[in-house]
This record gives sequence, structure tokens and C-alpha cells, in this order.
Amino acid sequence: MDIFLQQIVNGLVQGSIYALVALGYTMVYGIMGLINFAHGEVVMIGTLVTITVAGSLINAGMPVALAGMAGLGASMLICMALGWGLERIAYRPLRNAPRLTPLITAIGMSIVLQNLAMMIWGRNYLTFPPLLPKVNFELAGAHFTAIQVFIVVVSGGTMAGLLALIYRTKLGMAMRATAQNPAVASLMGVNINRVIAAAFVIGSALGALAGVMVGTYYEIAHYQMGFMLGLKAFTAAVLGGIGNLAGAMLGGVLLGIIEALGAGYIGDLTGGFLGSHYQDIFAFVVLIVVLMFKPSGLFGEKTGDRA
Amino acid sequence: MSTNLPTPLLEAKAVAKHFGGVKALRDVSLTIRHGEIYGLIGPNGAGKTTFFNCMTGLYVPDGGGFTFDGAPLVADAPQHAAARGIARTFQNIRLFGNMTALENVMVGRHVRTRAGVIGAMLNTSATRAEEAAIRQRAIDLLHYVRIEDRAGDLAKNLSYGDQRRLEIARALATEPKLLCLDEPAAGMNATETEELRELIEGIRDDGTTILLIEHDVKLVMGLCDRVAVLDYGALVIEDVPAVVQKDQRVIEAYLGA
Repeated sequence: MDIFLQQIVNGLVQGSIYALVALGYTMVYGIMGLINFAHGEVVMIGTLVTITVAGSLINAGMPVALAGMAGLGASMLICMALGWGLERIAYRPLRNAPRLTPLITAIGMSIVLQNLAMMIWGRNYLTFPPLLPKVNFELAGAHFTAIQVFIVVVSGGTMAGLLALIYRTKLGMAMRATAQNPAVASLMGVNINRVIAAAFVIGSALGALAGVMVGTYYEIAHYQMGFMLGLKAFTAAVLGGIGNLAGAMLGGVLLGIIEALGAGYIGDLTGGFLGSHYQDIFAFVVLIVVLMFKPSGLFGEKTGDRA
Repeated sequence: MSTNLPTPLLEAKAVAKHFGGVKALRDVSLTIRHGEIYGLIGPNGAGKTTFFNCMTGLYVPDGGGFTFDGAPLVADAPQHAAARGIARTFQNIRLFGNMTALENVMVGRHVRTRAGVIGAMLNTSATRAEEAAIRQRAIDLLHYVRIEDRAGDLAKNLSYGDQRRLEIARALATEPKLLCLDEPAAGMNATETEELRELIEGIRDDGTTILLIEHDVKLVMGLCDRVAVLDYGALVIEDVPAVVQKDQRVIEAYLGA
């Protein structure tokens, strides 16, 4: 029983991070039907920028909390600029191209960003500076840390803020209108280019936040870390119904919990043949099952025009 | 009505558009005056909707051009046509189905409001005030087309007639000088058509010039101040309904010579 509760807690934490990253995929897909495979790399750069900024500020003697905030701020700004630049340079010229073209471009941008990060930060694993104090709590037999509480609370708050932005503001309304019919939205005076740019910028800001969380949680980072994280977040978005915001959030949390429970029980299930380091298979089993039985995902619409 | 003002609101000069070998518009020239209801009729495939699409920036004409409100209309992007004061509805209704009726109209306010991306993210007081004004104006417009009681319903759940009204409200939200209605009476019964006629007349009386594309010849002849007839992409005649109705070429175009 203890391991069950413990894995639910762990899954919730990991799932909150997946959800934040999945939102970046799903916002861009919802508006322009593009799967931005470079999004995982944006998250990776968010983590690495924080290491550099927060790390050097801490070394310079700045209080840890302040340095952490500065690192988060810097990584969000840089990732927002990066998301904006990606759209402007790589995707906008292909707006009317066959849909395979921007997809291949996205994979290409992902490789470019990985190699760029390798050139800047090197091939080795980097240590993420400890930004939060290591405090442990225990509740009903499950242990959790201040970092885990921080991740769940902050991502929950951020997602609530995003929903308010999308459903309560003029920009959000323009984004939803563009997702449904770009031509008509532009006739109403909506600047489509600006709306698409906003989707990339907001998604990248969420990605940067997720990157800082990943770094804080695992205390380690690497120029290839965005690949697997991005694939899993993409899986989460597909699970929830790609293009659907609430779907990405639920899909992320569900995927995190499925993975954690899978990792917790895989040893027992296979009689010790497979260990918990095989947890990655669960995400992709989920992806295959969803694609086979409910390709539109949990909240996806049945319409095929965007698929 | 004030049909004799010197400068026309819209002047089309030799507008041409072809798709491959098909000449959808052959040098169409016509003039819409301030404050009139101008009808554009013609058999199916005559080029009416193509003309609309050229004017509103969805298509780029292959020849000729438009002068709107005293300046050339550069049809390079639809949001520019909207900003200049041209709004339209669609033959096949194109609402934002998964947004509420109120939100559909609020989107139409985009072209007349300023607050941008940064303001939305920071949720500044100026942004909030503007959004409140947008909402109020949208409510007023729903009231104007008499569907205010459906404000909170998703557009796709509205009745057909109400969807037509909602499209008109959304177009009016852009504060157009010229409101283009693409077959607004299509699929309507006699009562709904009569209500629509009252609505259109009301909009004109409130100062908006109207361009009406319509198949219902009776509605057009009863409602319009002047009428143009297109056939095979070319302008046949442009005159007051009484003259157009008796024109031999028009009768031939409709009945087949």
C-alpha cells in the first residue's frame, strides 16, 4: 500500500512537468496543426540557462532564492525569444507548405538546438544548483519533499493562469478563433501571425518553467535531456487529445502516474525480470494504445480536419 | 435614402480573376454609393462570391482593383479590409462553432481595439477595461440582432436562423462602413426572410451601406436601391430594380436563352 501511495505522489510530480511541456505542443498544434518537435529542446535550453545563470550568481555570493528567481526569469525570457525565433525563422516561411515539410523542419530544428547546446554547455552531465531546501514530509506513509510540493503547486497555478488567459482574455479568444478558422478570424481583424507567435512564446515560457522544475527535481542536466522529455510530453498531449488544453494537462498527470506505478510494480509483474529503469516503456505503450483505440485522445474532437 | 452623394463608397474597376482557364470575373466595374442597399445577383457560378472574396482580401484579383472610401483598397490581407471598414458574412455559415455567441461577436471587436499580447499576459488595467468595453458592445450587438438570450450558448448549438443573425452581429462588431451579406436568406422560410429584411433595412437606416448577394430575386428587388447582375463572370447591367427586372439580358441569363 505504501508503495502505491508513494508512486502516486511521484507520478503526480513527474506528471505536472509533463503537463507543462505538453501544453506547449498542444497549443501550437491546436492553432496551426504543427507538431513542434523542437519543443523538448526549448525545455532543455531552459534548464541549462538556469544552471549557468543561477549557478554563477550563487558562486558570486547571491542568496540562493534570489539567484533561483533570476535563473528562472532569464531562462523564461531566453526560451520565449527562442520560441518566437523558431516560428519566425523555421515555420512561418512554410505556413502554406505541405504539412510534412514543417514537421521535418521541426525535427531538424531539434537537432540544431541539441548541437548548439552541446557546443555551449559541452557533452557532460551538469549539476543543477540546489535552489530549494531539502525538507521531507510524510503523509499517510508517503514521503515527499519541498521540491515536489513546489512543482505540483506552481504547475497547478500556472495551468490555472493559462486557462484564464485562453478563456477570459481577448488574446485567448483570438487564439481560439484562429484555431477554429484562421481565414475568418483574420477577416475579423485578428492578426494571425501575432496569434501564432503568441502560442509559441507562451508555450516556450511554460517549457522554460518545466525545464527549471526538471533540473531542480533531478539535480542533473544534459544537452540530450529534451529528447525523451519532449517525446513523453508529446505522448501526454496525444493521450489527452492533441490541440486540447485540458487534455494536455490531464494527459500529462495521467502519464506521470501510469509511469510511476509501472516503475513501482514492473519488478513484481515480471518476476524480477525487468527493473524500474524500464519505466520508459510505459509511456510508449500508452502512446501505441491510444493511437490504436482512441486516436483523438481523451478530450479530442472527432473532426478529422486537423488530423 | 442619400443615394446621390458625389463620391461612391466602393468603386470596382475592371476587376478580373481567373482560376486556371476559368474566367471567374471578366473586368467587372461597379459602384456602390453611401447608404444604399446594393444587390448583386446572378445565376449559380456567375462570380458573385468570387467578387466578394476579391474585395475582402481572401483572393488577390488578377486585374483591376477597388477604391474604397476615397482610397485604393490593397487586398493583401483580410485583416486590412476589415480595418478599412469592410465586413462580411458567409454563404456557408462560418462561425467559431466551439465559442459562445457572445465570444463570436467579441472576436469581431479585434479590428477596432488595441490591447496586445503583452497586455494580455500582464493583465493590465487598461487591458481589463478594454475587455469590459468589448463585452458590453458585443452584448449590445446581440441585442440588436435579437439573439441576446442565446449569448452564453455555443454558436454551433444555435438554430440556423440565429446563426445567420450571429454572423451579422459579428460582422457589425467590426464597425463596417460596408457590410457584405453573402446569401443571408439561403435556407430561410418566409417568416425568417421577412425578419431578415427588417433587420437589413434597420442596419442601413442606422448608417451602414450594404452589399447583398442573394438568390431570392423577390427579396433583392424589394429591398435593394440598386442591383447589379453578373453572368459568366461579366457584368450584365447595374441599375434600379425596376429597370433590371425588365431587362431582356437578365431574363435570358436567369431563364436560359
